[in-house]
Amino acid sequence: MVIIKIAPSVYQFGPSYFVRIIAIGIALGAIYALIAIGYTMVYGIVELINFAHGDVFTLGAFISLPLLVTPLWHLTEGGGGGLGIVLPLIAVFLIVMLITGLINVGIERVAYRPLRNAPRLAPLITAVGVSFFLEGVMYLWKGAVNLHYPDLLPDNRFVGGTFSAKDVIVVIAAVILVSGLAIFVNQTKLGKAMRATAQDRDAARLMGINIDRTISATFFIGAVLAAAGGMTYGLYINSINNTLGFPIGLVAFTAAVFGGIGNIPGAALGGLIIGLIRAMNDGYVDPQWTDVVTFAILILVLTLRPTGLLGMRVPEK
Amino acid sequence: MSSPGRVPRLLGRARRLTRNRDAIIYAILIAGVFIVPAIANFTQGTSSGVVLDQVANAGVFVLLAIGLNIVVGFAGLLDLGYAAFFAIGAYTYAMLGSGWLDVTAIHHAVHIPFWILLFVGMGLAALFGLILGAPTLRLRGDYLAIVTLGFGEIVPRIFRIKIEWTGGINGITALDQPTLPVWLTGPWAGQDFALTRNQVFGLDPVPYYVLIVMLIAVSVVLATNLYRSRLGRAWMAIREDEVAAAAMGVNPVIIKLLAFSIGASFSGFAGVFFAAKLGGIDPTLFGFQNVSIVILVMVVLGGMGNISGVIVGAIGVYFLQNVIIPQLPIWTTGAASSIGLSFLNNPNGDWAGLGDEVQRLNFIIFGLILVGTMLFRPQGLFPSQLRQAELTKGTSDQSVFDASTS
Repeated sequence: MVIIKIAPSVYQFGPSYFVRIIAIGIALGAIYALIAIGYTMVYGIVELINFAHGDVFTLGAFISLPLLVTPLWHLTEGGGGGLGIVLPLIAVFLIVMLITGLINVGIERVAYRPLRNAPRLAPLITAVGVSFFLEGVMYLWKGAVNLHYPDLLPDNRFVGGTFSAKDVIVVIAAVILVSGLAIFVNQTKLGKAMRATAQDRDAARLMGINIDRTISATFFIGAVLAAAGGMTYGLYINSINNTLGFPIGLVAFTAAVFGGIGNIPGAALGGLIIGLIRAMNDGYVDPQWTDVVTFAILILVLTLRPTGLLGMRVPEK
Repeated sequence: MSSPGRVPRLLGRARRLTRNRDAIIYAILIAGVFIVPAIANFTQGTSSGVVLDQVANAGVFVLLAIGLNIVVGFAGLLDLGYAAFFAIGAYTYAMLGSGWLDVTAIHHAVHIPFWILLFVGMGLAALFGLILGAPTLRLRGDYLAIVTLGFGEIVPRIFRIKIEWTGGINGITALDQPTLPVWLTGPWAGQDFALTRNQVFGLDPVPYYVLIVMLIAVSVVLATNLYRSRLGRAWMAIREDEVAAAAMGVNPVIIKLLAFSIGASFSGFAGVFFAAKLGGIDPTLFGFQNVSIVILVMVVLGGMGNISGVIVGAIGVYFLQNVIIPQLPIWTTGAASSIGLSFLNNPNGDWAGLGDEVQRLNFIIFGLILVGTMLFRPQGLFPSQLRQAELTKGTSDQSVFDASTS
């Protein structure tokens, strides 16, 4: 039905506009995927809807801002830096990911760990508290204004101006991070411990797995991906503000549910699909309705297929 | 002369009452209802209306918290989109109780009285609760939370987009004020005794204050009776163990659906009152961060499942957010001047002045209070005593109900 509705406008605007929309959708979808993975990992392991996760994403963008404009690198805006931006960018990426990851580990230790055996809503409320706190810290730091984020990536257009180097770089960055994560979760000992803890915490503990350390690692990795997402978002959109994380976090959370909450490949796929749907709606229907469409999809998916696209049926614990 | 045991018996009863924490809370709240206007009148003089206005606004949140407590506290269903039902109630009043429909495609204003719309808003919200709940309530716990979250995000956005029906971001203004069909005026209003017809509430906050107190009282009685009814026990059974409850013959879907739509109906009639009191509404008043989450915080912080605790939580969080934290800059600048540090109050380079700096801390303070309270009391300030007894004493052969107190 939706396809029938947008088909005439797709035809009307021509193929190059269509490719442009798809490129934007994939790039934004890649960013949503990076955030959604953090939601899904945390939910999988401690069954907490981490409302502060979107703000951790914004925090990543905020921390990277002074690091990028420091005179140390001599980075020039508008993509004129050529290949000289690659090493500084990677360095900033790594620093920001490390700092944000450590902050999130600290948040988990202070706000969620003491409540691990408390009533289930208690950590949810502290997550809301942490969300307010982080938004407040960023407000104190930079104020409640839209901040310019340096436009460093080259904007060379390919194939008749339909997609740009920016889109490609964003997608490549996300692919590298997600594959790194997949290797980590599937190949390393800590990754195995994470999967075991998510499946059955008590059994994992009996097998000698250090639960606290595993959960800390999960929050660290979630924040690492979110911070990378925040920085990528800044480089792609070139504007950030302190309350950005909440709406974007909700969309990313929708993506995580869409793919099947607790399921990492599902979150990546969900992010991509949600990004595409939103870009299509923005480009062909009406940007005002994009959020409504997103959340309507969320409700429909949960009603028709509660476990999401790739989720497995899990018994109620 | 009655039997000699009467005085000790009364004393014993009084002693039991004073040991009953919830009875004390109710006593303090009831006393507060009468004392607050008096104090406001005494300290603020003619501007005492401002205080009552704030209290009446807080009352709306008390109503919402009582309603959400039915869903979250009694039945154990996490509802993250409670603001949607609130918005539905408020827009019901705004559209049917004003000249607004004249501007829309209908071209005919309907001025339905407030008292009727109170029930219409309640019914509509309950209906939407049913529509949303029916297909989704068989989902397991957290998925339901996510569905309600989605619904709560959709409703205000639709009110914002459908400008031709809802006024969009500017909302609907100039709503009718509630009128009483018959009213007795007298010396207390500075007039002679007389029966007036169609007494308008006007801009005076006192009638709203009286009305909200009455609505809250009715809601408390209703919610308490529901809690003690067969339905209430079914909710608790579902909350503690859905599989076991179903095995005992409780139909989980119907019981959950009832919790969901009864909870929504409270939100609906709170919405009608809210719209009538404000006189104008817009979609930003019904967001996730400023309503849905705040009410959930009130319920959890006050003590889920315990009506008196939830009321205290609602009042506390409302005044923290709307009175205490906004006043902090004024208090700190005042304190700084009085101890000779007034140079802090003036902007100086990066320092924006003490008042501004403190005001920037608002979010941080609220966040820290939420985290701190939960760490300090994860079960809330005044948790349900019955539930605690069930959880801690339930294993002994002692009866959970103490017949003498219940």
